[in-house]
Amino acid sequence: MSPVMRTRRDGSTRPARHRAVQPLAVAWLLVVWLALWGDVTPMLLVGGVLVAVLVCLTFPLPPIDLGSSVRVLPLLGVVARFHLDVVRASVQVAGVVLRRRPVRNAVVAVDLETTSDFLMTLVASMLSLIPGSVVVEARRSTHTLYLHVLDVPDAAAAEEFRRTALALEQRLLRALPPRPTAPEAR
Amino acid sequence: MSWTVVADLAAAVCILLGALLALVAAIGVVRMPDLLSRMHAATKPQVLGTVLVMTGVALRLREPGVVGVLVLIVLLQMATSVVSSHMVGRASFRAGQVRRDLLVVDELSDGPAHEEPRGAP
Repeated sequence: MSPVMRTRRDGSTRPARHRAVQPLAVAWLLVVWLALWGDVTPMLLVGGVLVAVLVCLTFPLPPIDLGSSVRVLPLLGVVARFHLDVVRASVQVAGVVLRRRPVRNAVVAVDLETTSDFLMTLVASMLSLIPGSVVVEARRSTHTLYLHVLDVPDAAAAEEFRRTALALEQRLLRALPPRPTAPEAR
Repeated sequence: MSWTVVADLAAAVCILLGALLALVAAIGVVRMPDLLSRMHAATKPQVLGTVLVMTGVALRLREPGVVGVLVLIVLLQMATSVVSSHMVGRASFRAGQVRRDLLVVDELSDGPAHEEPRGAP
């Protein structure tokens, strides 16, 4: 998603400024602050809000555009399946580490269906957290992820991994279906 | 047997399993042939290991305030290990620090040369 453009008075365009202090970010930072203190007092609440606003002003970030609706049940399914995958793949990687045979790897390109930056980031993070795959390159223009996959004996296994990665994206798309008015349409 | 004994036992099992995974990660860092394979061993079993150790600590201490901090540790560990493994992997690939003889398929180097349009990261 390219930045929203504003037109200046002389007709030239510039990227629109976004507000640095976002309520959600402040709320999250406040929760972290309170968790670190391990206590809730009025003084800590005021101090936490102050620190959160200061952090948001010092390190401004663009707002996250979810751009999709949320279906709770499929989302819970995705989370459960993700935990299962992490445990299974951890055991697998441990096996690869401990066995004698040398390991063969592969760099696999996965062309994602989604055009949303947010979903692409989510898929990339989930694939990275599942042991055995690391994102080495992400191309935003073509929505392609390049993943380094551990323990791929032949090309068929690489193909197999591509299918599991695309299946993960499909599950995520079912849990977070994009809204019809995509921000890319602007 | 009271539930505290059961919780203590579960905590012990969790911490032991977590420590075992951390050990496997350490062995992997030594044994793996190249940087990218080492990244797999160093970042992933270790995340599950951290989760298990934190679960064990939560089961042993049984205090709500502590559990909040432990959940925070796990969340931050997951968020940062993804970014760091991607950055190190990407830097090593761009710098050519890859054992190509170990790769069965390499679709990043073999694909057609690609010029990323301006404005893309």
